[in-house]
Amino acid sequence: MNPSPDPASCASCPVHNAANLLKLGVDMQDWDYVVALAGNPNTGKSTVFNALTGLRQHTGNWPGKTVARAEGGFVYGGKKYKLVDLPGTYSLLATSLDEEIARDFILFGQPDVTLVVVDATRLERNLNLVLQVLEITDRAIVCLNLMDEARRHQLQVDARRLARDLGVPVVATAARYRQGLDELLQAISEVASGKVTPKPRRLQNEPPELQRAVRTLVEHLETVFPGLPNARWVALRLLDGDERIIEAVRRGELRDLARVGETKAGGLAFNLEASR
Amino acid sequence: MTKDVRTSPEDILKTAQALRWEFGGEVHEKMMAAIYAEAARIAARATTLPGEKQRFDLDRAIDRAVTSRRWGFPLMILLFALVFWITISGANAPSSWLSTLLIDTGLPALHGLAEQLGLPAWLDGLLIDGVYLATAWVVSVMLPPMAIFFPLFTLLEDFGYLPRVAFNLDNIFKKAGAHGKQSLSMMMGFGCNAAGMVATRIIDSPRERLIAMLTNNFALCNGRWPTQILIATIFIGALAPPYLAGFISALAVVGIAVLGVLLTFAVSWALSRTVLKGEASTFSLELPPYRPPRILQTLYTSLIDRTIYVLWRAVVFAAPAGAIIWLVANLNLAGQSLAVSVINFLNPLGILVGLNGIILLAYLIAIPANEIVIPTVLMLTVLLTGMEGEGVSVLIAAENASTLAILRAGGWTLLTAVNLMLFSLVHNPCSTTLYTMYKETGSLKWTAVTALLPLGLGFTITFIVAQVWRLVGGV
Repeated sequence: MNPSPDPASCASCPVHNAANLLKLGVDMQDWDYVVALAGNPNTGKSTVFNALTGLRQHTGNWPGKTVARAEGGFVYGGKKYKLVDLPGTYSLLATSLDEEIARDFILFGQPDVTLVVVDATRLERNLNLVLQVLEITDRAIVCLNLMDEARRHQLQVDARRLARDLGVPVVATAARYRQGLDELLQAISEVASGKVTPKPRRLQNEPPELQRAVRTLVEHLETVFPGLPNARWVALRLLDGDERIIEAVRRGELRDLARVGETKAGGLAFNLEASR
Repeated sequence: MTKDVRTSPEDILKTAQALRWEFGGEVHEKMMAAIYAEAARIAARATTLPGEKQRFDLDRAIDRAVTSRRWGFPLMILLFALVFWITISGANAPSSWLSTLLIDTGLPALHGLAEQLGLPAWLDGLLIDGVYLATAWVVSVMLPPMAIFFPLFTLLEDFGYLPRVAFNLDNIFKKAGAHGKQSLSMMMGFGCNAAGMVATRIIDSPRERLIAMLTNNFALCNGRWPTQILIATIFIGALAPPYLAGFISALAVVGIAVLGVLLTFAVSWALSRTVLKGEASTFSLELPPYRPPRILQTLYTSLIDRTIYVLWRAVVFAAPAGAIIWLVANLNLAGQSLAVSVINFLNPLGILVGLNGIILLAYLIAIPANEIVIPTVLMLTVLLTGMEGEGVSVLIAAENASTLAILRAGGWTLLTAVNLMLFSLVHNPCSTTLYTMYKETGSLKWTAVTALLPLGLGFTITFIVAQVWRLVGGV
């Protein structure tokens, strides 16, 4: 049995704050930080959203449930967070409207934190999306959800190993049973406030000729848009002929990204309709 | 490549364009391959599979049954029949308690109160026989079946069964020239067509999305389930011996729902071969793992999200509709009430398609909400067949026996009941759905098609059924 903890040390533990989580529902004015919620369909993303905001967006057990963005808010540790639930997608290559919405928000919306919810029982497929998100933004956290199901399937997932390999915080949760939410909130606040700066792993296993082309473009991009946080990814998209990104380069939207990247000014107001 | 670093965005694009030629469009594949390889490597390092050899996997066993070629469809129909049977047999008792409370006791009490307050007769009629009665009726007729049906349906959804249904239907949709994802938006339509319209956003091709939107109405929505359940219970179920009645009425409701699905296929097929020609695009449908539903939470959310929401909507529309019904029944124009004029005008058409003028008028009044069709029919019948003379409160009760008596007095036969069930499935969607269609497409033309296509089809089907029925010798 555990000895009963000293109440004083409990109150000083950062996780203690979780008890003071204030769910704001859709009432969110003057937020301090914007958190984007990404993930494959059917990973419990909406459940995480509801658990944090106290909203009851209906969570259905099938893909394609969240068609549009849902937004909600919560207060944690005295700061107001706006949580934006993006459509569930398997990739961010913008081959469908869902992917485009999710991609555009993470890229142009410049959320303070991007929380990627992954299914612990289908890690490999889910990591495809995580790796793509990490190409776009540094400020990411992986929520390793459905740990309850992993346990049911006698599957062990090592969150710390994963965090080391990905270079970003990884929090194991079972959102349906509200397990791990305290740690998740703690990780969100640390990344949002800049207390923790993730250093995500970027892909290095492309064929050499592709890497050379990427390096050339990155050099150019960084000259024209100094401070661009994801030059490598933009270069890859340009090589892939992504019209939206070509347009962003042409119109100088990337300059805005560079500015935000430099000053880290949180909560850039972002209008999805205007960007499409 | 020159060494000097260029400085304008256009130059970057030119460089990118030049580099792209070197790869000949293979960047995408190379990048995906790199991502997949990396994901596999990281996942393998972080995951430890259970050491023993593969155990019996319950999920896979269930999937093998419910998505099997032979058993998939029968199991599906059986499961839904079970849900309706539970709904029908469970809703009777609470329905009659509610009607005793709200109508048998409430109505005379309110009339008494109105008399004490000295309300004029017309105001007493408008407020109590109109607004209150319509609202009370909606609550007592609809609340019990919805309070049972929606939680059950939500449990199926949360358990993960609905994607399997979509999986079973996917292939047929593709054969009909529509998108497989239409099976998902159709499933949403079984809850609410307006929601189903919005759900078609998951379909990327505008052609396939339009097909999905135009046919969504054939998925029986929240507002129409109670109509189906009630009519099936009192007319179809009554044909069978008592111990089978619940089961037979459940089968009838499932039959109507299945007919809706068949119509969805048929109309999708016809559309994709005429006005909306094209090939079906492919997609991959993931079968999510089965999850034990969290029963209490599901009961709570489905009560709040669906039952109360739908009931509230019905009440909001029923109250003014009650006033309108009372007014058309009591306002006199050239010697007879407005309702009588309209109904006499509609009656020939109604009889031709095996319905009657009252039902058609009820459908006109109920355009804002399908939920109030049956209450409207009952009120109009009571107000117009002179039954009110014998004391409204005695006859107007939502118990099945009294409902049957009212409808019989209104000239209903088995054909009327069957055709009402058919017409309820196939007619114009409610105004909310039409408005959603307009907002989603921005096109008046397609919104009009959404309304007129099922309406025309509904009249055609009921007309044919009525003619055949009369030929064969039914009444």
